[in-house]
Amino acid sequence: MRRLGRVGMALVAGLFALTLIVALFELPEPVVRLADEVAANMPASGVEHPVTAVLLNFRGYDTLLEIAVLLLALLATLAVVPEAGLPMTEADGEPVLQTVAQIAAPLIVLAAFYLLWAGAHRPGGAFQAGAVLAAGAVLLRLAGVVPGWVRPGSRLRAGLAGGFLVFLAVAAGLLVGGRLLEYPEDAAGVLILLIEASLTFSLGLILAGLFLFHSGDRT
Amino acid sequence: MTSGMVFAATGAVLFAMGVAGVVLLDHLMRRILAFNLMGSGAFLVLVGTAQRDGSVDPVPQAMVLTGIVVAVAATALAITLARRLYTLSGRTELSGTDDD
Repeated sequence: MRRLGRVGMALVAGLFALTLIVALFELPEPVVRLADEVAANMPASGVEHPVTAVLLNFRGYDTLLEIAVLLLALLATLAVVPEAGLPMTEADGEPVLQTVAQIAAPLIVLAAFYLLWAGAHRPGGAFQAGAVLAAGAVLLRLAGVVPGWVRPGSRLRAGLAGGFLVFLAVAAGLLVGGRLLEYPEDAAGVLILLIEASLTFSLGLILAGLFLFHSGDRT
Repeated sequence: MTSGMVFAATGAVLFAMGVAGVVLLDHLMRRILAFNLMGSGAFLVLVGTAQRDGSVDPVPQAMVLTGIVVAVAATALAITLARRLYTLSGRTELSGTDDD
């Protein structure tokens, strides 16, 4: 009976995929061409790469809400991680792994800085840089170079929330101009770089925290 | 058929596979992975259909970039909850999924 159900579900899923594909090919031509709108407004955005311009200027509130969602996910994680600690396989005493991780760590930080800086004019930006930073932290944790996090102290809390707070402060400051996240044209580049730098820092900490708070030494 | 539509069609197949996985798999870890497969499929459809005429549209790309990061955070939260469930009850499945 169970096997029959599985075959039936596979058939339904196959039909579903087929329907989706047929529907995709029936899509009408878009009425508004957003790519052209973006291209037309690029000079006013303060950056030269269209994806960064969309993320932090044209659709800035999406990014603001995104970092809020990330912070919320981390807070929820902190709320449910048990006090007693979770079992974790330690890689202690593996000198090759530890040495490689220690050599890689500064290079990872360098790569993150490059990605952050490159975001203004080519693919890159705060999210990629933050993800690279977090990956470095996870690597160091897995190699046993750094301990897991137990409870965030006041400095770590400030770092975790900093990106969101800086972004929120900029958004609130710009409300004086009447609209949410509408940068003055001459200051747009500087403001975006400020937001991206603080976002990178906080994103790295938050994404690393999602892993490191799981692997605390609470035994 | 442009390369964009190939991506979109692949995304549709991945999405359907993810749906089947969420329905069929009992183990929470596998269900979370299947849910991620659904997400990846949706991202591919978004990016693929946006460039079906050959030109790149930065707006869906930025949306998908946002979506990927949120999906990572949601996955981490889901795994936290699954681990909590395992710590508290020793189960890796939700109750009521083993009734047949």
